[in-house]
This record gives sequence, structure tokens and C-alpha cells, in this order.
Amino acid sequence: MKLTRREFIKSNAAAAAASVAGVTIPVTQAVAAVDADDGIRWDKAACRYCGTGCSVLMGVKDGKVVASQGDPDAPVNKGLNCIKGYFLPKILYGEDRLTKPLLRKTNGKYDKDGKFEAVSWDEAFKTMAEKWIAARKAKGAKGIGMFGSGQWTVWEGYAASKLLKAGFRSNSLEPNARHCMASAVGAFMRGFGIDEPMVCYDDLEHADVFVLWGANMAEMHPILWSRLTDTRLTKPGCEVHVLSTYEHRCYELADNGMVFEPQTDLAILNYIANYIIQNKAYNKEFIDKHVNFTKTPTDIGYGLRATDPREKAAKNRNKGKLSKISFEEYAKSVEPYTLEHTSKLSKVPEDKLLRLAKAYADPNKKVASYWTMGFNQHTRGVWVNGLCYNVHLLMGKIAEPGNSPFSLTGQPSACGTAREVGTFTHRLPADLVVKKDAHCKFAEKTWKLPAGTIPRANGKADDADQSDISGKPMGKTLIHAVAMHRALKDGKMNTFWVMCNNNMQAAANMNDESLPGWRNADNFITVSDPYPTVSAQAADLILPTAMWIEKEGAYGNAERRTQFWREQVSAPGEAKSDLWQLMEFAKYIKVEDVWPADLIAKKPEYAGKTLYEVLYTNGQVDKFPAEQVTDSRGNNYNNHESSDFGFYVQKGLFEEYRLFNSAEGIPKKGHEMAEFGAYHKARGLRWPVINGKETLWRFREGYDPHVAKGEGVKFYGKPDGRANIITAPYEPAAEPPDKEFDLWLCTGRVLEHWHSGSMTRRVPELYRAVPDAVIYMHPKDAKKRRLRNGALAKISSRRGEIVCKVDTKGRNKPPEGLVFVPWFDAGRLINKLTLDQTDPLSKETDYKKCAVKIARA
Amino acid sequence: MSESETKNEINRRQFLGNMLKTACSVGLVGLGLGAYSHRASSMPANYLRPPGALPEEEFLGACIRCGLCVRDCPYEILFLGEVGDEVATGTPYFIARTGPCEMCEEIPCVVACPTNALDHELKDIEESRMGLAVVIDQESCIAFHGLRCEVCFNVCPIRGRAISLDMQHNTRSGKHALFIPVVHSNACTGCGLCERACILEEAAIKIFPTHLAKGALGEHYRLGWQEKAEAGKALVTPDTEHRYNLPEGVRYDLQGEGLIIDGKAEETPFSSNPLDTLNSGFMDK
Repeated sequence: MKLTRREFIKSNAAAAAASVAGVTIPVTQAVAAVDADDGIRWDKAACRYCGTGCSVLMGVKDGKVVASQGDPDAPVNKGLNCIKGYFLPKILYGEDRLTKPLLRKTNGKYDKDGKFEAVSWDEAFKTMAEKWIAARKAKGAKGIGMFGSGQWTVWEGYAASKLLKAGFRSNSLEPNARHCMASAVGAFMRGFGIDEPMVCYDDLEHADVFVLWGANMAEMHPILWSRLTDTRLTKPGCEVHVLSTYEHRCYELADNGMVFEPQTDLAILNYIANYIIQNKAYNKEFIDKHVNFTKTPTDIGYGLRATDPREKAAKNRNKGKLSKISFEEYAKSVEPYTLEHTSKLSKVPEDKLLRLAKAYADPNKKVASYWTMGFNQHTRGVWVNGLCYNVHLLMGKIAEPGNSPFSLTGQPSACGTAREVGTFTHRLPADLVVKKDAHCKFAEKTWKLPAGTIPRANGKADDADQSDISGKPMGKTLIHAVAMHRALKDGKMNTFWVMCNNNMQAAANMNDESLPGWRNADNFITVSDPYPTVSAQAADLILPTAMWIEKEGAYGNAERRTQFWREQVSAPGEAKSDLWQLMEFAKYIKVEDVWPADLIAKKPEYAGKTLYEVLYTNGQVDKFPAEQVTDSRGNNYNNHESSDFGFYVQKGLFEEYRLFNSAEGIPKKGHEMAEFGAYHKARGLRWPVINGKETLWRFREGYDPHVAKGEGVKFYGKPDGRANIITAPYEPAAEPPDKEFDLWLCTGRVLEHWHSGSMTRRVPELYRAVPDAVIYMHPKDAKKRRLRNGALAKISSRRGEIVCKVDTKGRNKPPEGLVFVPWFDAGRLINKLTLDQTDPLSKETDYKKCAVKIARA
Repeated sequence: MSESETKNEINRRQFLGNMLKTACSVGLVGLGLGAYSHRASSMPANYLRPPGALPEEEFLGACIRCGLCVRDCPYEILFLGEVGDEVATGTPYFIARTGPCEMCEEIPCVVACPTNALDHELKDIEESRMGLAVVIDQESCIAFHGLRCEVCFNVCPIRGRAISLDMQHNTRSGKHALFIPVVHSNACTGCGLCERACILEEAAIKIFPTHLAKGALGEHYRLGWQEKAEAGKALVTPDTEHRYNLPEGVRYDLQGEGLIIDGKAEETPFSSNPLDTLNSGFMDK
């Protein structure tokens, strides 16, 4: 409603008078809004964006989302949202939603170089199936690939895992979470033998000291930052330490802000451990009872192609096998990291480092460490995660309220879907892995598959080669995300399906690896997307996709909280959910297309069946008939998947998934979940959920039902119940600046945009607020290059270049020698510059460190 | 650094940066609007003159309506008043919500002005005063409700000085903070980038002509803590050291917490529950 100027003045004068008098009066807009709210159906959902897992209430009227609010009863956000969450309804209604499958064609036929034309779903899937079957036969298990998402719903990830691992008998399944928290997972498995944080958000109120290691929580986890800030403001003695390679918004609150030279976080953490040991501050009783000391091989390379000189020079390329050492050997390994040495290496003043070390070493202070991509997107990501656990373990400051090493996740369901369901090349649901024959056998039994169906990591079941449709032995089957793009470029992988992420904009080294791979004439690339993203532009087939609350869904956030929502509105046109696409596509593949005869012979009843029948109508997934979905207030909701397939698909998949994490006799305990219906009622439950009770802190008696009375602390993911302290040294980065490329480039996100901006850049207000990516740089670095604030500059690396405006005054303040460029901007693709280096252990890309140069454009 | 010192540091930092924050609060805006209703006939309140414009009366006398400033604006934000407009015909203005001043370092509009109606003395764009940002609708501004927006703060070209964030406890949620945008008239140029960026349908932060937006503290009055911070010491002789009659285990922190009772009992090897001791067997085992 627009007010005239006269009304405006009047109402504001009245409001001013009222506020002086201490009362609020409703203004005309508010009255009008109340009327317009008639007939809105409100229902809960988990926010679409980050790993915080705020709950929102979505208001639907006449089949359209017309309103939203933060859920006031949600414990995470208590009715609050960030600026992106404020605009949630608008992400569904961008004007360029894709509504029909689109295939590149010339003269009515598929043509890699053709133009996109609308096709039927049937034609799309037929074309795709032909390519997938051919690639699977010709190139083996790694000839096909799927790249999914930590933004998939839980059952989408689960259905995808079944389709690839059981159906296609291929471990070529990876999520974009590989780029996001694979290093965190690596450290959890090495350190504790079980994935995901042992702590929860309540630590934000219980800690005395907060330390941020490469986490710009102020922008990336806005509501968590709000909680941390509140504790800092209200709790006596609370202090905040912030470490990063550039100054960002968290430094506004920092009591001890430190900017360190990239990669030297390794040294800083070892210095803290050294300080604790030198001052005998460590918790000896805790160490004696609960910790083993180990070391990891060093000089392990940078995850680049094997031909790269840096890989050839590495002594222990990709090696990570731990060997036991004594406490004394551990102490000796960190001894070189003195205050003087570490300060010199990291460029952090000694007094600041000392203050940080003292905070960790003080037995009376509860310390919460938070980290995100600064640690994870790191060529020594698993190491550096582990070094932080070392410090917490030395002090025994772990797994209890306030003492909290906390790996935050970036995505809404990196935990719930990618990790818990296991949509990685090496994983199966609930922490099982394809490396272990026993785990594969359990999965085969649960999925009612013939023994030996699931490809083992080494291609051997019961020590014998697994047979394959290609006629050759199965061979090694693991292939991680970055290797997939390399395989596409090299023609070893010929079909690739990207769902629920924008990997052409995300994956590093687009010019040399991703784009040549996708556009390789031998390859057929499918992209499922609601919008014409950079990835869709580079695809051969685009499948229009139902988003977020256009389907029934479930996400799992960073504190192990599983949250469900119902389908709120229908998707536009012919757009279908990822779940529908996965299951419907399975109807186009027959068992005989992808399984060898000897495998089918073990289950002759599967002969002639489609993968859809074998995987999804196996008597378990289709156990629950389709029903009218309702809420407790009697509102009805659609469920398009159930209508189309004839059974309650989400429930069936979730309950089958629970056979991995909650049934009797499962191989790995500790991931228990409640039954399906419980989550539609609750505002999220934190697993393990046992007998209806949630778990807040794991491994701690009283809090965790898996720790028996009298055990105190038990890291039960490890056979001996002990966690590993793993020593690892500082090693330099893969591509430090040199004479020509004289600046570090760090990339990341901004508060206003989610990831690649495919949703948030379609919200006009968010686009207006932050329209373009800029180069944040130090004024002196700009001046040296004759650049002013706002000037256009060309930023280039050995791999590519883009042109951006320079920002010397903005929210991020890099030190001299480093620039920061966000990656949300499809018009300025910073991944043309980044290097496809990974942690050799976690295979996660390091987007934070490569060398660039900048000149006037 | 002790607790109280750390706390003080935050307070001091906020106060130092926020010299004139109260000047822009709601009540004073109310006063400003009163002035506006008297002078509304001159020019709409959302019409802003280019950087360096002389006070309105003088400006109208000096401006020869040549339009050179409009021509030289690289962002094409300036308009010339047309016949029938509520602004003097031929004079330049901009509207922050749709086209704010982009704060060119070279200030080409001022350079172009042949008559000094745009003051050539203005060499540093950060010294310009085109108006003053006011968070006028605190009812609608989502930051006041605890949402994490802060777009005005983030886009402000005089970062942290013209708009700062005042962090406060959110008493409603009990465990979140509010990040309240506060405008400082000693740094705000009135460029309007915040008004344009405001993500609300109607901006909650708006640029008003300074004379409408700005209040004034009584000439006699000083804010003591600011005076002290500016001087770097107490304006009068530092206080003497105070000593108090206090019982055992009690301290007095004059500038900080006040009375502090270290009430914690001394640690003993015994549990407070006698049953624990009785049931645990002999200690010397």
C-alpha cells in the first residue's frame, strides 16, 4: 500500500507522538496486512540455504507461497532469519524457471552442438538411458557418474545412492559436499571413527571462549553468529578469538583478531599444542584414559594430476595411514613450533598467539572452536581439522557443554544427506563404506540384492574379482569429484548427471578441466536444475526441477538435527523433484543392461526387471500406501511423488534407510533415528534418537546413551574407545605467490547470496543489495597497481582471467598480498582462476589459496 | 586483559565511533519532520542536491541551470528540474532510492560546475553532505527485530563510520543479538547507497536534507564519557585509590562490577553429599 505524502507525515507524526508517550499504535499498513492474511495456510519447513538449519513457517494461499516467517518456536532461530531467509518465498518464483526438459538438438535429433529444444520426459530419459547403458558397458563402473548435493533431501540422496551403487553397480556418485566438508569427515573418521560433530549449538551459550578458525560465521552462519554475539555481550569474561587469512565481519566482535599467512594455521595449532605441553597444562588423566597418539605420513602432494611436477616430487603421495607413537614422541613433534618461530611464519604478533594459547590452556575456561571452509578447503584439510582436535583432546575440553570443537557445515543437508546417507564414492548409508566387504554385504542384504552386487572399492568381493557388464573385472571403483571432471576431460567417463548444485560454476579450474570435460564430444551431460544456471548452459540435457518445498523433504543440519517438511506448493509446468527423476529414470534401465548374467543368476526373479522394480518396489520402499498427507490442524497437502508412483515414497525410503541406522544388528551404532512420523511433528530431532530421546553431546556419560554408566567418556567409534591425537607438521601450499602471480587469491561467499547465486540473484532486492562480485583488496595493493576503489581490474591466474571492480573499503579487508573474490556471480566466474588442488586425503578442493595477478582492465 | 577491561573496550569502541548517534534517533526525526512540514513547499524531502551544493537559498542563486553537472555524472543519477516539478526548473537533483550518488573520488559534477553552486572547495567526496541517512522506520527495519540483514551497513562507502552496528541482547529470543544500524552525522555524506540497497519494499533508512534530519544537543551540554575518551584521560584530577572496609572473601571493583563476593567454598576432598563419601570406601586404598 502506498501512502500519500500527507498521510505519511501524519502517520509518522502520530507514531512519533505515540513513541514519546510509550505506546505503539498500529499504522494503516498493519491493519491491511491482517486482512490479507485470511486464508493463509502456515506450515513448517527447514530453511533452504545454509547448514544452520533455521526453521521457517511458509504461508500458502491459492497454491502459491505468499508469506513466510521465522518459526518462533524453533530452538535454533527463535523466529529469526537472515536476509536470505527473509526472501525465501521469492526464490521459487524467478521469471525464468525451467518447466520442460530441454535437449540439444539439430534437425530433430540429439546433437552435442545443437540448440536446446523442449522434449518430453520420455524422450529425455530414453536419450539419457541409451547413453548411460552404453557408457556403463564400454567404460566400466567409472564410465558413468553422478554429482549430487548436500542440498538434496535425505531421501533423494538415499534413492541416488541405491540407483548408482546397487542399480548401476557404480561408485561414481559424489555430492558437492566433497567440495565442502570432506576434510571434516576425514578428520572425524581418523580421530573418532564416527562422522559428525559430537557437540551442538547449545555450546554457543555455554562456552567462555570462542575461537573461529577459518569460519566467517558473521556472514555464513548468520543466526549462529547472532547467538555467539549475544553470549559475548552478556556473559562476563567471554572472549572471542578470530583467525583468518583476511579480516572479515567477525573481526567486528573479536577480542583477539589474527590475520595469518595462508597455510600457517597448521603451525599455529601445533604451537598451541606445544604451549600446552611445555606448560604441563594438559589433562593427563583424560589423555591416559581416552587418547592414542599417532602420526600421519608427510609430504603427500596436493591432489593435482599425477603428471604435475608437485605430485612427482611428493614422497608419500596421497598416503594417510596412521602409526602409533608415544606421548613423548608427540611432544617432540610439536617442539619446533615455538612462539617466536610460529609468529614469524604466520605473521601473527606473539602476544596475540600467546593469548590464544593461554585461552586453550586455561583449565577453567570452556573453549568452543568453530571452523568451516578455511579448514576444510585446504590441501592439508584433514590434518588441520585433526590438529584442532589435538588441542581439545590434550586439554580434555571436548564433548561436553561449552567445550566444543565444532566443524560447521555450509549446506542445509551436507550432514543429513551427503554424510549420513553416504552419497560419496566410498560410502554407504550410516557410516558404512564400500572398502569393507562386510559393510557391502550388509547393504546387499538390506536392499535384497544378490551378494556381490555393490562394487567394492578394490573390485573384489570375498577376495575374488567382481564380474561386470563390461566383461572385464570390476577393477578399482572409487572416483572423487575432482577426478570425475578429469575423467570426463580424458574421455574415461562418458555420462554425467548433476543434480541440485551448480558445479560448472563451483568446481575449480573451469577452463582447463570442467568445461573441456563437459563439452567433450564423447560425453553426455545431464543437469537437473530449476533455473538456467552456468551448469545448465554447459549441459546436453536439462531436466526441470521442483525446488525445496515443492516436494516433501528432509534436511539434516550441522548439529545432527533432522528436520522434515511437507510439499507446500506444486512445481511449475512439468518440473519434477530430483527424487521423481531418479526413480522414473530407473524405469528406463533393465537389470540386463547393467548387471552381468552371473549376478542375475543369483536372483533369477530379478531377470527382465527394471532398476525401478528392483530398487524401489522391493517390498520395503513401497510398503506404505499413498495417503492423504495432512497436518494436525486438518490441512491437506499434495505429494506428487506418492501420487505418481502409487505409494508413500518418502516414508518408504526413510524407513528402509532406518534399517541401516536404527535396526537390530547394524554394523555401526550411533546414528539412530526416530520413525518417519515423529519428524513431521517435531521441529527437528538431534540424533542419535533412542527411545524418543535426542542426544545433545556425544561420547559423554549421561548425555549419550551409548556411553555406559561409569565410563565417563567413550569414543565408541574406535574399537578401543580412544580418540586419536594425530601429529602433522606445517607444509607449504601448492601454489604460493611468486614474482609474476604476486597475490594470494581466496574465494568464498557473502551473506546476501547463497552459493552460486542461482536462487538469490533472482531475488531483485538481494541482487540490488549485492549485484556483482568484487575484488576485495588492500588499498596499498590497489595503489601499487594504479587502481582506485571502484575501478575495473583484470584478475588472472595461470588458468584464466576475469574482470571485476576493485573494493578497498568494503566488508572484507585483506592484508597486503592477498585478495578475496566471492564466487556467487555467474557473470564473473572466479573458478576460471582457481586451481584444482585437493587435500590428498579428503579429496576436497582448496579454494582458498592460489596465485593471481591484478592489473587495470 | 581482565573481564571488565574487555567489556569496556567494546563499549569504548562503540562510543568512539558513535559520537552523534543520539542525534539521529527517532524522537529527533520527529522534530525534523515538523520542520519539514513548514518548508515542504521548497523541494520534496527525497530530492537531494549533488555533492558540494551550497545551502539551498544560496544554491538557487548560484546555479545557472547549465546542466553540466548532469552531463558529467558518470552514473547518470542527476536530473534537472522540469517545469511543473516541485524543484526549481533547471536545477540538478537526485533521488537516493532509485539512483544514489556513487561517490566518485574525482567528483566530476563539482568539477563541471562553472559557478561554484557546487562548491569547488570540496576535494574529498567523503567530506560532502548531500543529506543525512535516517533509520526512520524502526518498526519495519528487520534488524530491529533481530534478523540478520545489515545491508545498509554493508553497502555504506564510509564503512563503519557513517553507519555502525550497535550490538544488543535480544530480550525476546533470549539468546540472540540484535545488530542495530546507527547513523553518524559526522561521517554520513547522504549519498543514499543505503537507501537504495534497503531490501524492504519501502526503505526503512532514508536520506533527508540535513536540516530536516538533524537535531541538536543543548549547546551547554557535553557527553562526559565522550569528552573523556577524546581527551584520553579524566578532565579533572584522576580519582584517588579507594579502599573499603570489607569482610573476608569480598572485593570492590570501583569502575567495574562494584561489589564482588567470592562466595565459592574452598575445595575439599569430600563430596557435599555425605552418602558419596560413605559409599565410596576408604580414601587411602
